[in-house]
Amino acid sequence: MMRLPWFDYRAPRSIAEAAKILAGEGPQAMLIAGGTDLLPNMKRRHQTPKVLVSLKGIPELKKVSNGSGIVFGSGLTLSEILNIEKTPTALRQATAQIATAHLRNMGTLGGNLCLDTRCTYYNQNYEWRKAIDFCLKKDGATCWVATASKRCVAVSSTDTAPALIALNASVVLTGSSGEREIPVDALYRNDGIEYLSRRPDEILTAIKIPQKNFKSTYWKLRRRGSFDFPILGVAVALRFSSGNIIQDARVALGAVASRPFLVEKASEYLKGKALSDDVIAEACAMIASRAKPMDNTDMDLYWRKEVADDFAGYALRELRGDDMRAMRMRIARQELTG
Amino acid sequence: MSAQEKRFDVVGKNRRRVDGRAKATGQTQFADDLVLPRMLHCKMLRSPHPHAVIEEILTAKAAKHPGVHLVLTGKDFPVPFGIMPVSLDEHALAPERVRYVGDPIAAVVAKDEQTAAEALELIEVKFRVLPTISSPQEALQNPEPRIHDYGEQGNIHRNQSYEFGDVEEALAASDHVFEDTFFFEGNTHLAMEQQASLAAVEGDGKLLLTTSTQNPHYLHRQLSRVLQMPAAHIRVIAAPNGGGFGGKCDPANHEMVVAKAALVLGRPVKICLTREEVFYQHRGRHPVLMKFRTGVTKDGKLTAMHLQTLLDGGGYGSHGPASTFYTGVLTPVTYELPRFKFEACRTFTNKPPCGPKRGHGTPQPRFGQEVQLDKIAEKLKLDPAELRLNMVTKRDSLTASWLRIGSTGLAECIRQVVARSDWKSRYDKLPFGRGLGLACSAYMCGAGVSIYWNKMPHSAVQLLLDRSGQVTVFCGATELGQGSDDVLATIVAEVLGIDTGLVRCVTGDTGITPIDLGSYSSRVTIMMGNAALQAAERVRETMAEAASESLGIPPDRVVFSQGRVFAAEDPGKGMSFVEAIALAEAKSGTLSTVGSYSPPKAPGKYKGAGVGPSPAYSFSACVVETEVDPRTGWITVPKIWIAHDIGRALNPVLARGQVIGGIYMGLGEALMEEQVFRRLPPKLSGALVHRMPSMLEYKSLTSLDMPEVDVALIEDPDPNCPFGAKEVGQGPLLPVMPAVANAIYDAVGVRIDEVPITPDKVLRALELKNAGKNPRIGPEQFPSVPYPKPIFVLPPGEGGDGGELKSPEDKPERKKVAA
Amino acid sequence: MAAIPERVHLTYLVNGEEVPVSFAPYKTLLEVLREDLNLTGTKHGCELGECGACAVLIDGEPKLSCLTLALECGGRSIQTVEGLAQGTTLHPLQAAFADHGGSQCGYCTPGMLMTAKALLDGNPNVSREQIKQAISGNLCRCTGYQQIVDAIESAAAEMRGARK
Ligand SMILES: Cc1cc2nc3c(=O)[nH]c(=O)nc-3n(C[C@H](O)[C@H](O)[C@H](O)COP(=O)(O)OP(=O)(O)OC[C@H]3O[C@@H](n4cnc5c(N)ncnc54)[C@H](O)[C@@H]3O)c2cc1C
Ligand code: FES
Ligand code: FES
Repeated sequence: MMRLPWFDYRAPRSIAEAAKILAGEGPQAMLIAGGTDLLPNMKRRHQTPKVLVSLKGIPELKKVSNGSGIVFGSGLTLSEILNIEKTPTALRQATAQIATAHLRNMGTLGGNLCLDTRCTYYNQNYEWRKAIDFCLKKDGATCWVATASKRCVAVSSTDTAPALIALNASVVLTGSSGEREIPVDALYRNDGIEYLSRRPDEILTAIKIPQKNFKSTYWKLRRRGSFDFPILGVAVALRFSSGNIIQDARVALGAVASRPFLVEKASEYLKGKALSDDVIAEACAMIASRAKPMDNTDMDLYWRKEVADDFAGYALRELRGDDMRAMRMRIARQELTG
Repeated sequence: MSAQEKRFDVVGKNRRRVDGRAKATGQTQFADDLVLPRMLHCKMLRSPHPHAVIEEILTAKAAKHPGVHLVLTGKDFPVPFGIMPVSLDEHALAPERVRYVGDPIAAVVAKDEQTAAEALELIEVKFRVLPTISSPQEALQNPEPRIHDYGEQGNIHRNQSYEFGDVEEALAASDHVFEDTFFFEGNTHLAMEQQASLAAVEGDGKLLLTTSTQNPHYLHRQLSRVLQMPAAHIRVIAAPNGGGFGGKCDPANHEMVVAKAALVLGRPVKICLTREEVFYQHRGRHPVLMKFRTGVTKDGKLTAMHLQTLLDGGGYGSHGPASTFYTGVLTPVTYELPRFKFEACRTFTNKPPCGPKRGHGTPQPRFGQEVQLDKIAEKLKLDPAELRLNMVTKRDSLTASWLRIGSTGLAECIRQVVARSDWKSRYDKLPFGRGLGLACSAYMCGAGVSIYWNKMPHSAVQLLLDRSGQVTVFCGATELGQGSDDVLATIVAEVLGIDTGLVRCVTGDTGITPIDLGSYSSRVTIMMGNAALQAAERVRETMAEAASESLGIPPDRVVFSQGRVFAAEDPGKGMSFVEAIALAEAKSGTLSTVGSYSPPKAPGKYKGAGVGPSPAYSFSACVVETEVDPRTGWITVPKIWIAHDIGRALNPVLARGQVIGGIYMGLGEALMEEQVFRRLPPKLSGALVHRMPSMLEYKSLTSLDMPEVDVALIEDPDPNCPFGAKEVGQGPLLPVMPAVANAIYDAVGVRIDEVPITPDKVLRALELKNAGKNPRIGPEQFPSVPYPKPIFVLPPGEGGDGGELKSPEDKPERKKVAA
Repeated sequence: MAAIPERVHLTYLVNGEEVPVSFAPYKTLLEVLREDLNLTGTKHGCELGECGACAVLIDGEPKLSCLTLALECGGRSIQTVEGLAQGTTLHPLQAAFADHGGSQCGYCTPGMLMTAKALLDGNPNVSREQIKQAISGNLCRCTGYQQIVDAIESAAAEMRGARK
């Protein structure tokens, strides 16, 4: 049986109290929400916090509010996000494809955004990692994916982040000295180790999605119909004018770098255009050129790079109104519409 | 109605399996569910190096860690073991050499698992690392350093060659000769249960080991060897297994370790492997490279085949000698093949040992053979189903290699899947991107010889009937989930005309049950079943005699059915089953009988003829439908049809479950399952590690990846089998992988000559196709292997006697090969 | 930092009964159920959230006991396979699993049953596709899932009948 190491456990009742504990304990403390990422990591001794600060008992983090947009408390579980009618399509599709039903009943949106980066040399038991003399991300000196690399290239594997970036969402970070709001893509750094711009004493408390009449979608590449982390995520949000001309476009990629990111060039390119086959092809090429996966996830590296183009095409065609249900069924093994 | 012709009471009926209720209530106790007073917990330290000499182990700190009771190392286990008498090459804990990452070195026994794990980190081991061998090709090129100091030569463990008739002559006379190489990647069982064992010294001072094992008998023998104790002082209980698939066949290090610890400490000691450790214990499917040279006539009859295989054995022998044979011996069973040459070589590598997995050694060559047949059919412009139908082996025939085929339903299997899949109007006619593929297979119903040579029965059953009406049946057979307890109860209940609910099965316990060799090679239904049949018929005879006296009719006119014992001519005249027991008990004393079974002698007499013969063979045919996205290579399998020649389905729900489960595992192997390794850049590191020893990264199909399966059970009772029932546990897996490959060819016209067949391979092949190149992905060449000079045997049709021809001059003037 | 306590004392509502428990604080619910409460019906195949064998219902929702901190379960309702039958009468799902081949080795069965129970408790009017979705977080290596889906479908029909 894989077991957790010893830890001290704190259960604050409010955000303020949690922030105070975090500030007081320093880096030896870690937040735990659903625990579906942190606990496996602790069992494998990737992360061995001395103190766990649980967010489960904080009612404020469970709030949903509607205004000009929608605000999700970071403590909502992924299943709860799916049950909220107003959840935008891309976020719904991304969320529904995370892990498994059981894990979605446990994992939270906040935890998903703060998910540790992943790598086949890192997500292994302690004994395995010892057998390769560890790696840059944890306890070692070499990045085995790219041995010349000074930087850890572990992959951002959150499904919701690219969807939220496409939806132009922001997150609220609350620390002992106050709170700040930043766009979702600014939460991430392209570094497998220091992958978040969050300060150690900050708690991600809310996710804000502006209401902008975006049509959005998310396409995920993974091997099986459930369980598997993304090895490519394409999120697109488009706002059309009456004449089917794109007014605003945001395309984001996930799981092809240490951070999820906005594909600016393609987003700009799409503005003012109608989704003809040629426009789609051109946009897909731009999107695909930004997908530079490394050989540290499931499936063949070159193939993953090659199909980025196709996945971008699925997304754009779906938003154009093409009937992509059969394709979605084949790729995602699920019936997912808005 | 006569006593023999009565309608079946139990056989052939869809029934709740006898262990169904316990499983659905969670009451079935698997090995890790067991708890004993004063129980301690064990964890093992495993090698971080793929190949190294252990120079020193310091255990003092670990031994002093609070809560630790015992530390064991290799010096506590001087005697080696192994499943096969010809490769006793394992030690419970490595004494001086480790051969793969994960090879056990030391063990700690402590008050709880957490403490044991902490103490492991206090053990200091000094290693001297050695160069590593990662593939058979490397093993052939590098005879030094030797991974083992036994075997054929260098790093070759087994090397063998057989020739049945002059194959080169027949190939030369063939209209076409097809030459193809294939590769089958290794994969593992991934039973849901992680192996666990609990050892204890019982009140009588004897050792009891309750464990996740498929083969309590072989384990019993090896424990006696390693612990240097009389076997009679050891009792092994096979706990219900949470799946086996071959992964729990070998006696395992951890079983020896907890047994020893319990004997030293006088307290119960339990171990449960982590999932990662299960991947290291492995003993799964061998990676096999193979080359087929097959001769055919222009109208599609096989003339001869030359098959060469090269196996990646991993760090120890395991079942390797048998696995090596199985990469060829069953090849001639499906289709008429006048001449056959088979060369096989197993190498050692610094990876977890390979062994038997569902289909043991046979899926790999079956894949190559059936894909090659698809290519042959295309070249000869024949329908692949017709091609096969025209050459299936005949009932009561002998293969070129002297295997006796008894019953065969292969032709009917092919007809069934062809009809049910609407093959004739869909094969080769679906739009680009969609396709159908067909493949067949055969498998044995139990190996004809035991793993160690002996003349004793392979399976035995003891029956005890009690005046309460309860029937207790004792047998060493082991329940893995395949339903062996249900088979046992079914056979006894049928003979005695009672409900299975009256039968209590006591199984898999070397302390109280008579021998059964184990749950492997699909032998249980046939061998245990025949033993049970004999025991039950014997007790029925005794009861019939007593009843006949009271009914005033001859004993052979007594019928046992529906819980009653009555006169065939006048069913109203009779008594209850319980009354019949009482009569018989009064007349002949306590009612207990035994039955046992030994398989028939094989017709072949050459050395090695023992591997392959079986009392019967099962056959299957499978059609797979695929959808392949020509832009990405993405593969979807919407539907699978299978027909399996089972002889007779004793309990059709269970039989169908075995078939679908086999298809599931086969589809996983076809599309994604692989046990593969990673070598780090040698300049920087000597590491050679399992790529992904986890449930998440070892990809197995989920409910959303599994298509609906249409199952046809072909029932043509086999005279050698109990009520005619043949095997169903392994056979149906085998045709799936080649059927997938063939379906992909039908869909998009590319050949993937290796498994798993992944979208990237399909896309690469499509790119080759678009570039006008050979649209094929697969091994380019077969290395030169120093196979020995073949053992030459004349096929039955050429006047041989089944023995080896000692010198070529002994060859009689052979008939010319039909052109 | 306060010293980590050797043991934690809490009360759970296990299968409808209040149960006091005492355990080492690093334990997950899986470990406490199996090792401290002797409820070994709940199984484990990975302990990392990758197989579903350890699924139980926490406040009615299927969750993985291997990734649930035992010390976060105080006062919660936990349903395990041991609580599924009413006395000696099997739950329709249990009977259907036993009758339709839903259980071969039986190792994935408790997790499957609890997952299926949550599904049917919510709505016994389910399609095969919905059943496959619901159990897609439970791996089974024996059955190929088909007879599990058959069993759940059959139990659902029975439960619909009973509800009328
Ligand atoms: C088998 C398996 C498959 C999975 N598949 C997927 C998948 O397909 N896609 C996917 O995206 N994820 C996947 N996951 C990961 C995980 O389940 C989800 O990402 C989940 O949403 C994580 O949320 P959590 O609440 O459980 O996070 P936790 O484990 O509680 O926390 C994750 C990290 O975030 C930090 N954190 C949590 N909440 C906050 C907060 N409010 N503020 C600041 N930091 C915080 C924690 O300290 C920790 O470092 C999978 C996990 C498993 C075990
Ligand atoms: S034990 Fe595998 S998911 Fe919990
Ligand atoms: S029945 Fe064996 S794992 Fe599902």
